[in-house]
Amino acid sequence: MNKNSPLFLAFRRFRRHKLAIFSVCVLLSMVLAVVFAPLFEAWLGVGANDVDLYSRMVGPSLSHPLGTDELGRDVLLRLLYGGRISLFTGLTAACFAATIGTVIGLLAGYFGGRLDAVLMRLTDSIIALPLLPLLIVLAAIDLSKLGLPQAIVESENVSFYRIVLIVAITGWTAVARLVRGATLSIKEREFIMAAQGVGAGHLHVMFSHILPNLLSPIIVAVTLSIGGVILLESVLSFFGLGIQPPMASWGNMLTNAQQLIWEAPMLAVYPGLLIFITVISFNFLGDGLQDAFDPKAEY
Amino acid sequence: MRQFLLNRALQSLVVIIIMSFVIYSLIGLMPGDPIDLMISANPNMTASDAAALRELYGLDLPIYERYWNWLGAALSGDLGYSRLFGQPVLAVLLPALKNSLILMGTAFLLAVCIAIPLGTLAASKPRSAVDYGVNLFAFAGISIPSFWLALMLIIVFSVFLGWLPAGGIASNGAGLLEYVKYMVLPVATIATLSIGSYSRYTRSSMLEVLRQDYVRTARAKGASNSRVVWKHALRNAMIPVVTILALDFGYLFSGALVTETIFSWPGMGKLIFDSVMGNDFNLALVALLFATALTLIGNLLADICYALLDPRIVIGGGKA
Repeated sequence: MNKNSPLFLAFRRFRRHKLAIFSVCVLLSMVLAVVFAPLFEAWLGVGANDVDLYSRMVGPSLSHPLGTDELGRDVLLRLLYGGRISLFTGLTAACFAATIGTVIGLLAGYFGGRLDAVLMRLTDSIIALPLLPLLIVLAAIDLSKLGLPQAIVESENVSFYRIVLIVAITGWTAVARLVRGATLSIKEREFIMAAQGVGAGHLHVMFSHILPNLLSPIIVAVTLSIGGVILLESVLSFFGLGIQPPMASWGNMLTNAQQLIWEAPMLAVYPGLLIFITVISFNFLGDGLQDAFDPKAEY
Repeated sequence: MRQFLLNRALQSLVVIIIMSFVIYSLIGLMPGDPIDLMISANPNMTASDAAALRELYGLDLPIYERYWNWLGAALSGDLGYSRLFGQPVLAVLLPALKNSLILMGTAFLLAVCIAIPLGTLAASKPRSAVDYGVNLFAFAGISIPSFWLALMLIIVFSVFLGWLPAGGIASNGAGLLEYVKYMVLPVATIATLSIGSYSRYTRSSMLEVLRQDYVRTARAKGASNSRVVWKHALRNAMIPVVTILALDFGYLFSGALVTETIFSWPGMGKLIFDSVMGNDFNLALVALLFATALTLIGNLLADICYALLDPRIVIGGGKA
């Protein structure tokens, strides 16, 4: 790679950010662990959803490295499978939200005028709302009343899609503002005028000429938002409104832990600890990327 | 300035009206309706009884007509009865508002008193051990799941040490000390989360100000580092921070849904959660609208603060 290319310089700046490097290692090992969860399952010889009422809430042992929960399910396996759901939900929902935000920001910034005014008022209004209470309502609504077919309402993955959708329709605002601001300044540059001059259409200019210049701030924003999304998923699942059991997620593993806090306090420790480590790693990573891509931002 | 405020107030009003319709429709989409609840309470009810009741309560009308009827009643002061509490909605709402204000206000003051000195300290010695320490704490504060922090505090202070109650609120007539005992853990939870973000804002705003010419002038004239930071720079660095704080003002009333629910603190947050989960439509509707309106007012206040504090800002397109 060319030693003076912007990407290489950014990478060199990123390398100096020790916490971010450390976070990348943490996240990578976590991803590896959850991807290879079936291997752990085979090694322990039990399934993640296997109930064993004769060994409820037992302590750590060779056959159950982190003990079992209130239904005798292996805690380690549930953590791994829960991690799959939590990480996957976080990534999907954050990318989905960023896509919506990018399109809205590009439209508002590029066309300006009345469209810009309407879209930005909408953005401001959503930012001003008390989101958590409204999300609780969104998560509680009865999908069959929306006229969705019964097969979808009762399917196993519906709680996953619902979470992704809820996060996406409320989480796009920050990216939209960011993209709009950057689009406003980029669209005045000569190469955009040149593209328009040779007859490029609006869509082509927006997505082929403006968007590539916005990728690094968008990547930073998405990375920083993943942590928030994972927190949101875990809160909703904790209250029984997100991912539904028996499918495990770090959030719903804590639901019963609160009732059992006097008998088995450790059940409440592990899932939250993993959420905490994951979210703080994504935040450090985002911080490192921000410093690397935009060295003027701090100091 | 007046034009700007008027515009903003109007915009907030429009958002509240739109939101009242949106929330009304969403509540209508929640599982079950009041008649279903009556049916489950009274096994002798027939289908035709249910239909008659639906007609009586206007539940067979299209959603916009139902909304219009509700809005008319609400504006004339009839907010309806709470199903869970068997009282008028307002009688349930006001004590919850008071409880939330006490809890959130205490946590807010505590967070501000800790976060602003912390952030300033970190910015005054950038890249020092103190700076890294504060930064680490701030990152932890914004990354920790609030419900898990609450659970951990309960495990340590209620389960293992047994010093503090795991939740609830002191009964009427209990002394102040007893009252405070119930507040410690929820306040600590809420404050920890806010300290994280407030100290980060203070730090970055302070760094910004410390780069300015007048700060260099002050240093050139021989003012000590601490005098420059705490006397010259702090006041200007506070402008964006105060705006952020004002944005949080609305949350003082809408309460902390997660923390209040886990600690069973009878405030607005728990009320909203309980009413949504318990199919208490009237209460959920009004409580959500209250929270929305107060948050919007907080935003309006933030704009006003910003304009009042920073004379460089000319709002309304005048010459800067």
